[in-house]
Amino acid sequence: MSEGIVESNESVAGNADHSDAQHPIGVYLKVWILLFVLSTFSYMVDYFDFQGILRWTLILVFMFLKAGFIIAIFMHVMWERMTLITTILGPPAVILLLIGMMASEGDYVFCTRVDYLGQPAAAERIHVADVHLEEEAEH
Amino acid sequence: MTEHALKNEGHIQNIVDDWSDDKQAYHVPWGKLMMWIFLISDTFIFSCFLVGYMNVRMTATEPWPYPSEVFGLELFGQNIPLILIAIMTFILITSSGTMALAVRYAHFRDKKKIALFMLATALFGASFVGMQAFEWTKLISEGVRPWANPFGAHQFGSVFFMITGFHGLHVSIGVIYLLTVAFKVDRGDYDRKNNYEIVEITGLYWHFVDLVWVFIFAFFYLW
Repeated sequence: MSEGIVESNESVAGNADHSDAQHPIGVYLKVWILLFVLSTFSYMVDYFDFQGILRWTLILVFMFLKAGFIIAIFMHVMWERMTLITTILGPPAVILLLIGMMASEGDYVFCTRVDYLGQPAAAERIHVADVHLEEEAEH
Repeated sequence: MTEHALKNEGHIQNIVDDWSDDKQAYHVPWGKLMMWIFLISDTFIFSCFLVGYMNVRMTATEPWPYPSEVFGLELFGQNIPLILIAIMTFILITSSGTMALAVRYAHFRDKKKIALFMLATALFGASFVGMQAFEWTKLISEGVRPWANPFGAHQFGSVFFMITGFHGLHVSIGVIYLLTVAFKVDRGDYDRKNNYEIVEITGLYWHFVDLVWVFIFAFFYLW
């Protein structure tokens, strides 16, 4: 479609030393379709009601793939200089430490509630339909 | 930037060169760099929300509801799990695609197409917010509150309103931002300097909003 158009090697900013080379429209369309497919897969994980390790693994895999394509292609990070890439991705990596600490803390708080406050240790999940049944039983 | 051509000698050498540069470390327009720094700070805000959600969910001794049931809808006489959220996800991805095309047309300085694709992006964003308003209305009418939840752990209500509310605010601001820039592009405000980097900067913000939704969808709605 757009093959006839000859590109200037300027970026959007007209900033010639930022070599933001032209990416064919096909890259965007392919990633777009891929994101649709990955989202459908994520939804299917829920629709077919996978549970346990399989569910968590699939959710995480599809999530990281989607996030990766959005950051790399749509946000053009793939085509940036490594100096900017490390600035963008470095600081958020520290969040992994926060996740680790809060997971440890959460486990401690949960055990405290069970051991000292007598709250149930098995916080099983509850279905919406069961809540409705209980409500009907009360009336 | 006419002082010298930027050398490209491999990633590690580039980092060394850029940081030892006398004038500037980042060879991108300042507006784009500022947007990236804002987005990094926003990443921390949303991360704090999601980590807080993880902590609250781990510590809850009351049963956690199944989001796929809470957000299910009855369509054509059938209960379809999580369908509203799935549709919202697809709408947001579609809007990211149209935004990517708007940024692409910014390279060609094709004003009509930039404005058109940004307008389409804004419309998808607005419909996303509309569906979120519907979702909130439905849950509020069922008795879910920031301090209460009839379907199980009360923390579910707090987390839901806080995280989706903050994300919805981002989408709403993004819609206003997109409409403003689309209008200015169409009016020819950027012609004088022939500088369309604002389209790319707006695109970064919009893709980030989509990116955050990917994490919310995975951790809050699917987990």
